Amino acid sequence: MMGWGKAGEVDDSDDGPRTVLTAHRAGLIGCRACGRVWPEDEVTCHRCGARLTPPDRRSLQAVWAWLIAGMIFYIPANLYPMMSTQTFAGLQGNSKATIYEGVIELIHHGNYDIAIIVFLASIVVPIGKFVSIIWLARAAGRPASVEDAHLRLKIYEVVEFIGRWSMIDVFVVAILAALVQLGFVASIHPGPAAVSFALSVAFTMLSAQSFDPRLIWRGLPLRRSR
Amino acid sequence: MTDDARYDMTTGEGLVVCPRCDALFIEVELEDGETARCTRCETVIARPRTGAFSQIIALSFTTMVLMVGAVFFPFLEISRMGFGNATSIFGVVLAYADGVLLPLVLGMVAMVVALPVIRASLLLYVLLPLAKGQAPHRHAAGAFRLSEQMRPWSMAEIFIIGTSVALVKVAGLATIHLGPAFWAFCALILVNVTAKGYMCQTTIWDAIEDGGASTDGRELVDGLRNANHDVLAADRP
Repeated sequence: MMGWGKAGEVDDSDDGPRTVLTAHRAGLIGCRACGRVWPEDEVTCHRCGARLTPPDRRSLQAVWAWLIAGMIFYIPANLYPMMSTQTFAGLQGNSKATIYEGVIELIHHGNYDIAIIVFLASIVVPIGKFVSIIWLARAAGRPASVEDAHLRLKIYEVVEFIGRWSMIDVFVVAILAALVQLGFVASIHPGPAAVSFALSVAFTMLSAQSFDPRLIWRGLPLRRSR
Repeated sequence: MTDDARYDMTTGEGLVVCPRCDALFIEVELEDGETARCTRCETVIARPRTGAFSQIIALSFTTMVLMVGAVFFPFLEISRMGFGNATSIFGVVLAYADGVLLPLVLGMVAMVVALPVIRASLLLYVLLPLAKGQAPHRHAAGAFRLSEQMRPWSMAEIFIIGTSVALVKVAGLATIHLGPAFWAFCALILVNVTAKGYMCQTTIWDAIEDGGASTDGRELVDGLRNANHDVLAADRP
């Protein structure tokens, strides 16, 4: 079993300027999947088989491409109905609701907590993700102070963690549609927005995964004082 | 402790890198329960735990057993005015087998059912021989990498929250009973969270390599210190 040097083990005893050497500066390339270090001209990691990518801005192209795809699919996801409810074969009501209308409906029924969950998962989180990824991709590779870099890393981690949770609304629609098949009495059918919303979330997840967090640190000076 | 660390700045031998920020470190042996963090970005790089492999193996088996129940037992039952409908996840897929929304449902089933099962079996494939002290199976490295790539896409816990929201939405429309599969899913989430606590990718990679799979024989190092310090100290005139 192997591991890494414990944080600060050596640095703490050293009162001088603290230095960080990266694999890139040392003319090496690190594997992002398993942490192994290889000479810079290697293409695949010989331990885990992952492709080795140098930490340069070329990888940002994939981030932008997935992000734009995600944003495009987010538009129909909001304009078309997420699901349509039929009660008594349409006699008592046949309602179609978009994401936004679904939230309003929940508020009218007094389900404030559920309304907040849906509002966060389907509206706040996706838009917040778009904004954060745009900001990260624009800032990547630019010079940053240590505080800037930590802030960027924090935002990246939040985006990475929270992205999957937007799928909640898609699951809600799918469960409702499968469950509420009471024939004449009531039935629920998924609308076109469900598919485009699911795709939008998936594309944004791919965008966040293509972002290389090593770029956050590229602009830092070689030596820094504590 | 510090003098016989062997590493090579031209081949990368004996060095490791932080996956988040690319900082270089010298590989060291960690004691159980120790945590290695990157000195620059504070990402946890390794956190070995005693008996982690057998725990993950046990939890992977649990996942597979629970998933069988979660798929075939009734998930939710709904009734209103004498009309009733009990549905298992399996039934949901069948109901959509010829609809336009089949891709949506297939994608959902893949994320909620298939990926957790595939991940559990990949982990078993990788870890069973390692826990018994045998050489890893062929393609163990590829299997573990695949399982790691699948992780963000396996969404059982999100599915359960989605179900709860659906229950509230439908509450006014009909009466709902939770089936055994619902509770199986809740148990799955607990199992997942527990397994995550034992998961240390670095430990598993090193074990696969120690076990002799697709290795280049670079497993080594006794030293204990930070590569950055040494290398830059050596650079100074």
